[in-house]
Amino acid sequence: MAKKMHDTPMLDQLESGPWPSFVTGLKRLAKDNDMTVDLLGQLEASYRDTKGYWKGGTVGVFGYGGGVIPRFTELKDESGKPVYPEAAEFHTLRVQPPAGMHYDTKTLRWMADVWEKYGSGLIAFHGQSGDIMFQGIKTENVQPAFDELNEAGFDLGGAGPALRTSMSCVGAARCELSCFDEARALRTVINNNLDDMHRPALPYKFKFKFSGCGNDCVNSIQRSDMATIGTWRDNIQVNNDLVQAYYKNHGMTDLVNDVVSMCPTRAISVVKKADVKAGEHTSVADLGDGNAMCIDNKNCVRCMHCLNVIPGGLLPGKDKGVTILVGGKGVLKIGATMGTVVIPFMKLESDEDFEKLNDLARNMLDFFAENALEHERTGEMIDRIGLVNFLDGIGLEIDPNMIIHPRMNPYVRTDGWDEEVAKAEERKNAAAA
Amino acid sequence: MAGPRHPIESGAPDPMPLMHPVMKKNYGKWVFHSHPKPGVLYHRAESGDEIWTVKAGTQRQMDVYTIRELCDIADKYGEGHVRFTARSNIEYMVADQSKVEPLIKALTDAGYPVGGTANSVSMIAHTQGFLHCDIPGTDASGVVKALMDELYEEFVKCEMPNRVKLSTSCCEINCGGQADIAIIMQHTKPPKINHDLVANVCERPAVVARCPVAAIRPALVNGKPSLEVDEKKCICCGACYPPCPPMQINDPEHSKIAVWVGGKNSNARSRPTFHKLVAAGLPNNAPRWPEAAAVVKKILAVYKADARPWERMADWIDRIGWPRFFEKTGLPFTKYHIDDWRGHRATFNASNHIRF
Ligand code: HEM
Ligand code: HEM
Ligand code: SF4
Ligand code: SF4
Ligand code: SF4
Ligand code: SF4
Repeated sequence: MAKKMHDTPMLDQLESGPWPSFVTGLKRLAKDNDMTVDLLGQLEASYRDTKGYWKGGTVGVFGYGGGVIPRFTELKDESGKPVYPEAAEFHTLRVQPPAGMHYDTKTLRWMADVWEKYGSGLIAFHGQSGDIMFQGIKTENVQPAFDELNEAGFDLGGAGPALRTSMSCVGAARCELSCFDEARALRTVINNNLDDMHRPALPYKFKFKFSGCGNDCVNSIQRSDMATIGTWRDNIQVNNDLVQAYYKNHGMTDLVNDVVSMCPTRAISVVKKADVKAGEHTSVADLGDGNAMCIDNKNCVRCMHCLNVIPGGLLPGKDKGVTILVGGKGVLKIGATMGTVVIPFMKLESDEDFEKLNDLARNMLDFFAENALEHERTGEMIDRIGLVNFLDGIGLEIDPNMIIHPRMNPYVRTDGWDEEVAKAEERKNAAAA
Repeated sequence: MAGPRHPIESGAPDPMPLMHPVMKKNYGKWVFHSHPKPGVLYHRAESGDEIWTVKAGTQRQMDVYTIRELCDIADKYGEGHVRFTARSNIEYMVADQSKVEPLIKALTDAGYPVGGTANSVSMIAHTQGFLHCDIPGTDASGVVKALMDELYEEFVKCEMPNRVKLSTSCCEINCGGQADIAIIMQHTKPPKINHDLVANVCERPAVVARCPVAAIRPALVNGKPSLEVDEKKCICCGACYPPCPPMQINDPEHSKIAVWVGGKNSNARSRPTFHKLVAAGLPNNAPRWPEAAAVVKKILAVYKADARPWERMADWIDRIGWPRFFEKTGLPFTKYHIDDWRGHRATFNASNHIRF
């Protein structure tokens, strides 16, 4: 049945070279899929003209207001007919992947079959948004394709001014640096707030992301409105054998150059074993040659560097938890922002802890919904109203861990000083109790 | 008569039933990892259980035949369980070490580069481009294919000072995100307005509100309600284009490519940082963008030769300083490198710290 292929001289040049070629993949599909034949035609036209030829529209599934990205061609001839009619409608279903993006081959094969049946056969694993992107489907097939995916346990993701699909790192599934159950945290927060995903009514998008430690493998600090990043409060754990194994391979020069001198807070020192001052906050690794490596845990900022260099030799502490940062976002409109600390530490182990995280997430969404201007991200809202007002609204206490340094300018009215000092005392007492 | 089917609002699926059984069994109980060779990771759990991961690059935009081929490899040479990384690499997990080499061979023979671990240049985080976005100034998958062809050796060899994460974005919204090196579309001319369409297509107050520098005003043009742009103010960001396609920002000739370096999301050593502009004005030259690729390769070569072990791009530049970066890479320093947006004073050198 396949339509004749269009000439694609520019795309053809993307078939050579060692990296897998999406063009070769599209051509394979085009052998018995007319939609892909015409997609290649339109894509070649975009290459030729340096111009995109899609426009949006409204397409959805029954019961949901988002999750489908509609695409209609704008490439029309003089009489207004699409030049590439079979790809005139080329929508995408954003589908939420299993947390951590784990699959077995049965599931992947089934997804391929479903998409071959209803769509173009082109799937992206995954979009930057974290979704599986089932790309290329006509309007009439959207509902049946969704029904089949949905019956098997897969749900649409977010699009538009809505809660968005989330991402978590591989974490607990295969990483010794993981400080919490990332998949559980993701599913707790997302699956309890699906109404805001499926029926977009927020001022703008809101993203949660979850990384098991400060290496932040899913870039949560920059790519999410609320980042949950694993950390610990007690001492770095030492596996002396593995530290010595590292030391045998690398020697003192590497230990000094790659570990000690790269610690951002100079928390690590190498001392003669006899001079080690064992203290309740010091992690000590015996190097086996009369020297020892000491880590001052009171000054360690859990940056992860030394744990990265000596895998298994240094491990996160036992009193694990998470830091919550808020306000990361892309460049529009005030410039890109990183998330900043709003909760320096909270435990995330018991059912109640997860309940608390869920309440916090709900609280963030509610405050955002009520206070952000249209098309304003959380980071921009905080810029506008100030961090202190934001914390007030969410019901969180201020903490010096939220800033890099105190205010630099005197332009502030401080006639509430005594009351604020009293509050600081209260916080201190509450923390001590 | 059956009514419409109501969706099952099941949200993000539980990964446990799909996860490799050894990962499931040792969930949260891993104690060690190493990097036996490029593309392979070894993890050991408290229980003594071990797992090997073989990582391979994909084209991200996968046709069903590719997916089935990757599954065939997993069933025949792996253990039927895979996962994808945030950069669209595929990971095959096996509990049996003897499967590692045959798996590597099968992937390599089928054309999937094995690598992307540790100190490699990993697959490029990228966007949608001409294939599916409604506002792109350039393509995404094609740029990435062309660049990864050039960077293939760095993906499979893992010889960089530390991880190198790249991204590309086909408009200044930068869906690709912050990266050690980011290649981003940069418009250089204000939007050309199609006044015939504005009134019908655009919600004018919303468009006015979208502009970061308040350069847009409602106006009557040829007797029709439209918009006008103060071209002296306009910073060519393209923000007005998504809500109002008649604000034509894409321009085959004047939309250029810019290169940014030193973005880092990890907290390791220094705090996370944003990438900074180093080159612009590169032609948007499909289908292989050779000029942009040349700049990226040059920066990578200098970084590889000059950075110390464990220094990410940002850490390296922090040590040697920006003047030296421009000197060593030979990239010209221009007035456009000096910031004039919010917070720009914090980017000036308020000291006499100067490296000679
Ligand atoms: C009509 C306008 C827009 C369209 C069609 C659009 C489309 C998309 C698509 C398709 C993706 C996923 C890209 C991929 O995974 O390949 C994406 C991601 C993203 N978009 Fe947009 N976008 C639009 C506007 C914006 C705006 C206005 C912003 C910022 C203010 C933005 C910021 C982002 C970011 C940061 C991501 C990455 C998401 C993540 O890391 O989770 N987008 N967008
Ligand atoms: C076995 C588990 C993993 C370990 C031990 C690990 C280790 C690390 C380390 C040490 C860094 C920081 C590098 C530095 O700045 O010094 C890092 C960064 C990163 N990792 Fe992983 N990683 C793991 C899994 C993953 C996975 C599965 C992904 C992708 C899905 C990933 C994506 C990233 C990214 C994107 C960054 C860079 C963040 C940035 O831009 O700075 N990692 N990882
Ligand atoms: S963020 Fe940390 S815990 Fe998660 S995969 Fe990366 S290194 Fe491991
Ligand atoms: S984890 Fe702590 S001790 Fe180790 S390098 Fe980072 S700040 Fe220093
Ligand atoms: S970077 Fe811009 S053009 Fe590219 S996918 Fe994102 S919104 Fe579209
Ligand atoms: S391109 Fe940007 S600065 Fe220029 S008018 Fe549009 S929104 Fe304003």
